[in-house]
Amino acid sequence: MGSPVPAGEGSPGASVATNTSPGLKAPTRRGTELVMLSFAAGLVTLALILVELNQERSLSLRILYLGLAYLGLFACAHLAVRRWAPYADPAILPCVALLNGLGLVVIHRIDLALEGTVFLDGSTWDPVAFKQVIWTGIGLLMFAATLKFLPDHRMLARFGYTFGLVGLVALLLPGVLPGFIAPTINGAKIWLRIGPLSLQPGEFAKILLMVFFAAFLVSKRDLFTVAGRRFLGMDLPRARDLGPLFAAWGVTVAVMVLQKDLGSSLLFFGIVLVLLYIATERAAWVVLGLGLFAGGAVIAWKLFTHVQQRVANWQDPIARYDVIGGGYQISQSLFGLATGGIGGAGLGAGRPEMIPEANTDFITAVIGEELGFVGFAALLLVYMVFALRGLRGAISVRDSFGKLLGGGLAFAVCFQVFIVVGGVTKLIPMTGITAPFLSYGGSSLLANYILVALLLRISAAARAPQRIAKPKPQQPAIADQHTVMVERPK
Amino acid sequence: MNTPLRRVGMAMMVMIVLLLGNATWVQVINADEWRKNPYNRRVLLDEYARKRGLITVADGTVIADVKETTDRLRYLRTYNNGPAYAAVTGYLSVTYGTSGIERTENDLLNGSDDRLFTRRVSALITGRDPVGGNVQLTLNAKVQQTAYDQLVAKGFTGSVVAIKPDTGEILAMASTPSYDPNLLASHDAAEQQAAWKQLTAKANGNPLINRATQGLYPPGSTYKVVVAAAALADGKNKDSQYTAKGTINLPGTSNAPFPNFNGQPCGPGETASMETALAKSCNTAFGEMAAQVGKSKLTAQSNKFGFNDNDLEVPLAVETSTLGAIQDEAALYQSGIGQRDVRVTPLQNAMVAATIANNGKRMHPYLVSKILGPDLKPIDETEPDQIETAMSTANANVLRDMMVQSEINTGGEGRLSNVQVASKTGTAEHGENVAENKPHAWYIAFAPAQKPEIAIAVIVEDGGDRGLGATGGKVAAPIGRAVMNAYLAGR
Repeated sequence: MGSPVPAGEGSPGASVATNTSPGLKAPTRRGTELVMLSFAAGLVTLALILVELNQERSLSLRILYLGLAYLGLFACAHLAVRRWAPYADPAILPCVALLNGLGLVVIHRIDLALEGTVFLDGSTWDPVAFKQVIWTGIGLLMFAATLKFLPDHRMLARFGYTFGLVGLVALLLPGVLPGFIAPTINGAKIWLRIGPLSLQPGEFAKILLMVFFAAFLVSKRDLFTVAGRRFLGMDLPRARDLGPLFAAWGVTVAVMVLQKDLGSSLLFFGIVLVLLYIATERAAWVVLGLGLFAGGAVIAWKLFTHVQQRVANWQDPIARYDVIGGGYQISQSLFGLATGGIGGAGLGAGRPEMIPEANTDFITAVIGEELGFVGFAALLLVYMVFALRGLRGAISVRDSFGKLLGGGLAFAVCFQVFIVVGGVTKLIPMTGITAPFLSYGGSSLLANYILVALLLRISAAARAPQRIAKPKPQQPAIADQHTVMVERPK
Repeated sequence: MNTPLRRVGMAMMVMIVLLLGNATWVQVINADEWRKNPYNRRVLLDEYARKRGLITVADGTVIADVKETTDRLRYLRTYNNGPAYAAVTGYLSVTYGTSGIERTENDLLNGSDDRLFTRRVSALITGRDPVGGNVQLTLNAKVQQTAYDQLVAKGFTGSVVAIKPDTGEILAMASTPSYDPNLLASHDAAEQQAAWKQLTAKANGNPLINRATQGLYPPGSTYKVVVAAAALADGKNKDSQYTAKGTINLPGTSNAPFPNFNGQPCGPGETASMETALAKSCNTAFGEMAAQVGKSKLTAQSNKFGFNDNDLEVPLAVETSTLGAIQDEAALYQSGIGQRDVRVTPLQNAMVAATIANNGKRMHPYLVSKILGPDLKPIDETEPDQIETAMSTANANVLRDMMVQSEINTGGEGRLSNVQVASKTGTAEHGENVAENKPHAWYIAFAPAQKPEIAIAVIVEDGGDRGLGATGGKVAAPIGRAVMNAYLAGR
């Protein structure tokens, strides 16, 4: 810490040596992945059967077909991994399959509950599970395409600035466009409506901006590690190096002001902070960032009524139960979770339709109600395994860009879960953000499948024998990431 | 870069652990607070989704039924002849909760009672919906109807309780003004609200209160049977002599008169027997009697009849009947005629009559005779339960004979021609201004006197239709006689 000399890349010693030793082929672990995928498919099919039984619908072979179709879909994903990223981490895809499948079952379950409901404006409930299945299919296509057309994640670093610009535009676009193309839905202005399609460009911007930040920080990391003054035992960065942090903070505030999207701005700021920390290894960045966050939060709370509302709803949802935009939603979520208790009401046997937005932001509350604390804890652990396996790929990959990007992506998943589940369970104020792979919504699903593809790509690069990945196996000593960065672009 | 990555990994695990901890708090440790929050309608909706059990009276007539609906709450509770039975059944309302048997037997009726466990399991296996158990009451349809009709016919505010003396079965429990529980059970929120607003409005006399168990009244002269029981237990007999003066001064005072009804002396002589004093309901004699027995023995005797029992449930919770503080002898005199701070529920007074009728053995009064499974097979049956011996058989018989004399001495309509009745009336003053407040009219009785089959207590608040001139004999006794006759004639 604190040395102006570029930090060495971890320890290329042991693991690289085994990987490069000739004649010893590393296992791909694709068989393990297939077994776990089948297990996930079994669980999801069982969940679907439970829902149908509890909703008193007749069981038919249809469910078996659906289960098989689901297995088939992920078998294709598995084949794509087998072909284009054979050394990818075997646990990530099954986790994703389980989450996505469970999400589909719950969305279908809420469709059943709300079937025939007439809303205040006279409209009726429009089943969405089928759409989500299509989005899943498209998501898996994107997933496969990402793996095919991105044989090496380092290719992304070349387009860092382009991605950054596109990401920034995508992030801010709904906020500045007029209402007919960027409508305000549930108080947030984060959608783009193109014909029948609604897109949330922010979901994609998240990934684009992460790529940009990773590339930017890797190319400029020397600058950020130059020490400024020491303060309270920390090396403070120089004032002029604070630019990116302030820029990120500014964008965050803009998102919050223009789009009233608290969750995304919190997520985005957290990601930038973690990327800075990973790149510089300086705790000072985190402290500074948290200070900025705290300041921003206080100012936002003072200035914006929607922020005050969220905080008040969090402090005492029951007191604001009858207020419009008050504590009704979070109260219903807590009622559901508490009524579910340890064992849950049983899939399809609870009353999750009482929670507004049950199939998007509050989908985890549905799982908590119907599968109980046991199911809820299992869900969180699946997320944790998913994120930690992603992080493991980042730790063992050899290049700085991969480490940064992988670490950022893995953290993004976990942090997003924290924000949404924390909001649903009243740990933190509710900020309105989707639960990765569970919530209904095409943009979120597509973006997250791209995210998974990138994590798999990075983990594949980490686990693949060095020889296969690189044509010059005899010179591991100069396989320094910085050198690589400079060499490749032509 | 791996060190910060590992730390980020730690931070991620901390986040998940925080979420798990918070979920433990919300779903396990603190779950009850959210589950039982009045805004949480999930539990209620679950109950409504199950077919609730029926409430029937002794002959099997259904008084609380269920009807399948097409709305969100699958089953609608319906009450047959609702107002006549409302004091017992109570109501079941989505918005306003439950009362009466609907509340005390809720677990059984909604099917969550442990006694239904095996049936729930079998329902799970056979795939049928779990159904609530049924409650069969001890109420006799004819007696209950008579009691209710008698109160309502003249627009009385009051209560009637009838008990089978040898078992404690409650044959009738009526309270007026009553209400139609169907209105509160309605699935139409507006209808419920309107009904609730009307029933709780001040001007409407609290119809939701079950006066039989919740109403506390001064017992007036009906309490004299308890004083007599205490005196008998203290070694006195029906011929023991007490003052016959029309008016005496309360002890410790020079100018506080303690008169008989209308100031009449209790007979021609200086003294009168206990039997005469009870038959004529002489206040001066019973004031003296209470003073002779003393506070502690009077309290002990009262407690044996069920006073100061905070836990009595039939299974409706019963308000505690009390004697008050009785701080001096004057208070003892006044308490001896059931005034001052003596307060009883109609159920308590019926229990006094039933205990004397049952040779002094006090039975636990009860409303639920049987609990039946959804398949109508009995699950549980209430066994009669003697709480204690309040009087010796001999003393009980002496008191009974004195009460027979009292009935002979009592006016009022509807005397039973072919059955001997033992009774005591009461005309209880209440409130600050005795001269202007119309008295409560009481009547406790049992019949047939030699082999009692029904014991009753009747109260009509504020003089009924007789105003200031009301007496227990004129207002309450005809109701009690009609109720007893309904039972005895229908045997």
